[in-house]
Amino acid sequence: MSAGPVYPSSEPARWKYLDRIRTRPGPFTTPEMFSGETSAEAMDKMKILVIGAGGLGCELLKNLALSGFKNIHVIDMDTIDISNLNRQFLFRQSDVGKFKAEVAAAFVEKRVKGVKITPHNCKIQDFDDDFYMQFQIVVCGLDSIEARRWINATLVNMVDEEVEDSYKPLIDGGTEGFKGQARVILPTITSCLECQLDMHAPRAAVPLCTLASIPRQPEHCIEWAHVIAWDREKPFPQLDKDDPEHITWLYQKALLRAGEFHISGVTYSLTQGVVKNIIPAIAATNSVIAAACCNEALKIATNCAPYLGYPENNYMMYSGNDSIYTYTFKHEKKDDCPVCGVSARELAVDPKWTLQELVDSFAARPEAQLRKPSVRAEGKTLYMQSPPSLEEQTRPNLERTLAEGLGLVDGQEIGVTDPAFATVSFKFRLKFT
Amino acid sequence: MTEIVMSQTPPILHGPSEKERKYDRQLRLWAASGQAALESANILLVNSGPGTVGVETLKNLVLPGIGRFAIYDEAKVEEADLGVNFFLDEEGLGKPRSESLTGHLLELNPEVQGDWYPTENVKTLDSLLAGSPVFTTIMYTHPITPENVSLLESYGQQHQTPLVAIHSAGFYSYFRINLPGAFPIVDTHPDETATTDLRLLTPWPELVAFAEELTKEIDDLSDFEHGHLPYVVILLHYLEKWKAEHDGSYPSTYKEKTEFRRMVQSAARTKNAEGGEENFDEAAAAVLKTLVVPSLPSGLKEIFEYERTNPAELKSGFWVIADAVKAFYEKHKCLPLPGKVPDMKAQSKVYIQLQNIYKAKARKDAAEILETVQATPGGQTIDPAEVELFCKNAAFVKLINATTGKISRADRLKEVAAQEFTNDEQAEMTLQPLSLLPIYLAMQATAHEVEKGGGWPSQEEVLARVAKMVPGADENERVRQAVEEVARAEGGELHNVAALTGGMVAQEMIKIITKQYIPIDNTCVFDGIVSRCQILRL
Repeated sequence: MSAGPVYPSSEPARWKYLDRIRTRPGPFTTPEMFSGETSAEAMDKMKILVIGAGGLGCELLKNLALSGFKNIHVIDMDTIDISNLNRQFLFRQSDVGKFKAEVAAAFVEKRVKGVKITPHNCKIQDFDDDFYMQFQIVVCGLDSIEARRWINATLVNMVDEEVEDSYKPLIDGGTEGFKGQARVILPTITSCLECQLDMHAPRAAVPLCTLASIPRQPEHCIEWAHVIAWDREKPFPQLDKDDPEHITWLYQKALLRAGEFHISGVTYSLTQGVVKNIIPAIAATNSVIAAACCNEALKIATNCAPYLGYPENNYMMYSGNDSIYTYTFKHEKKDDCPVCGVSARELAVDPKWTLQELVDSFAARPEAQLRKPSVRAEGKTLYMQSPPSLEEQTRPNLERTLAEGLGLVDGQEIGVTDPAFATVSFKFRLKFT
Repeated sequence: MTEIVMSQTPPILHGPSEKERKYDRQLRLWAASGQAALESANILLVNSGPGTVGVETLKNLVLPGIGRFAIYDEAKVEEADLGVNFFLDEEGLGKPRSESLTGHLLELNPEVQGDWYPTENVKTLDSLLAGSPVFTTIMYTHPITPENVSLLESYGQQHQTPLVAIHSAGFYSYFRINLPGAFPIVDTHPDETATTDLRLLTPWPELVAFAEELTKEIDDLSDFEHGHLPYVVILLHYLEKWKAEHDGSYPSTYKEKTEFRRMVQSAARTKNAEGGEENFDEAAAAVLKTLVVPSLPSGLKEIFEYERTNPAELKSGFWVIADAVKAFYEKHKCLPLPGKVPDMKAQSKVYIQLQNIYKAKARKDAAEILETVQATPGGQTIDPAEVELFCKNAAFVKLINATTGKISRADRLKEVAAQEFTNDEQAEMTLQPLSLLPIYLAMQATAHEVEKGGGWPSQEEVLARVAKMVPGADENERVRQAVEEVARAEGGELHNVAALTGGMVAQEMIKIITKQYIPIDNTCVFDGIVSRCQILRL
């Protein structure tokens, strides 16, 4: 049987298989949202941004080029390391030390005729809204939560209800070992990354007193070397986690400490893993997650099939440790999301805390995860991390208690900013416990 | 200071080798043993159709460093290949596809060997299979000819080779793993949180003595000592107290356990500097999880009850050890102790002592099992390390593809279909996702459909083929939709779906080759429209 006419793109022989899908409807296509005649041409004109040219990024670039996207930009500030070669398949031994974005873009451009890929060897924070405004879709393959939150907040803030083009769908992938997730965010319409932040709770830190006096695990000895011994002895001016000599120094220190306490299990590899917070990564998982992301990008670009985020589910979780398990669900938007919500998020605090204790608590709270917070309440600055003059001026407040010292009350709204998210003020409502 | 340090301890301080650095991120998942297994793998891909999914799979296996691969593919590179397959380019147009693919894949990892077929001397799949060293696993992609499937299946049976069938078209895909027999896995990598086994309800004398010693004057301990009693010791102490108050029995019901938890909680000192005790918090939090009577996990039960018929199984080390563990279980009414103690608030010295008590017991249990193993005919050649690993993981050992059964594949499909369709009728109530079996049926009905001039078979024709597999399924609305969606692709691949499926198949191949983690049993269906998978046993 025939599934309807195919509208061939400019190179019909080459894109034969793709055109069958993107230019004609299937049983699940929403007819009002789909125009087969124009979808190939529309894709030719689109600009899509890839953030990260690492494990996911290499896959994303390949997949988007073979999904019919013609104009792709990629941002990555990193250079190629030898430990990338087991999965970042656009890089070779001879590329070690070169910029990832540049090498990846050149490779895919050369292999897939007709695609233009523009590399940017820099940080995402180096660009302003005007830059991000030129793209129709943004796809993220990042290993840092912080960068994800930054781009999420930027895209949410860029939304202007009057301007249809200001809505930039954000597709985000992440992996760890055999597991991963792919999700789609329609800024201000569906749950954003900040709404979902508590799904990525930071690992609980080992208490300093454990490191200092009662280590029990090899990791405690390594953290001791990293946090305490390094500062005390300063063997090199600045710790470079990629310098084998520095890691070897920490390893030796940790090994000695472990010997003292009869703790076994300190190895070079574990030292490196703890100090750099290494997340295991393989090609196969990147392949699954990046392809899941690009599959959504193709559907969003053409409406040839329903995509994540519309109408219901927006999040796919994948686990390959024990058989294969996927869970595709709808993560609900949160009214009290500090980025896309309308109301302030509740924050349980002890009124007897000092402001310092409150400030310190932001880093560990799964719903906040802010490392350098500045705090304001009702237009009054309570503490500012910078500039230095303001920091000095507000520093005395750190020792004051919340209720008695600063006069904050139960239910009061505070605004929190962090240099990592320059454009956002996180709104919290204090709840005294 | 560093120099003094160096002279005191001369540890082997070699940094990682070049290869260890390259493979660092994966060695953290499957260790050197898994890597060695990968490096001795020899994988055959029999490619057909658009041919992307198999190549994407191979890419994910070449990168982590399999030993060698071979591609058998009769197609020549065409223009349409360049729009879907990343490992082909203009230069290859008109050349054998297997040659181009092999060349581009080998660029990814200089440590991997690769060959391509057919060649002048090896013209058919038959002659390739007859003339090659044994392949450790074989993948084939649809629409392969039924004749070639039979060839591969008989090769698989003869050489005990796992076969993987892969089919990707449009937004849909599935793959099926055909293992040569029951497939046991010892190194299953369970979640760390699941592996805590402290035996608090069946403590052995050394553990009891240790706990008693630390708590005999518990009320006289300094705040520091009291606040650093390991929670294992706290729980053992209050369990004794509980028993004394309850006719010598342990808290067993949920109600008793919560009552016991309150008893532990209220024993914490609150008038100290911290206004509470972390170790008592840990103890209270551990009550429900750790106060469990040892029982036989279902996975191991299946292994104990499994009837071996295959002569290869009778000789294998795994089954000799399994028998020894079974004998141990029957004698002691518990499994060998894994011996791992989770981190808990405690003084270093006390924690290490506690750890050693658990380790010593684990070694003793393992030694007993090793003795049984070595007394078994053929058991002398088994590596003690293998016995030790089994003992450590006993509760999580798993058997895949266990019941080969008497039921034919065709009948099993009918059974599964009946079950799946019934589930779907109740899906609204049970809130379970809908079955992906309709996708499997629609694809299976066109699994050998080669693209030729005549166009794609009609909806009626495909539905008739479905009805032949599962009578009545052609009436099912979701099957009809799936057939329509399959027709849209006319056998063509979408790169994303091929890449995604290639990632999943590569994960499964790695699990089978390394015998680590747990492979699927046995079919995975992917729906790229809703972005989810389902595993079916077909």
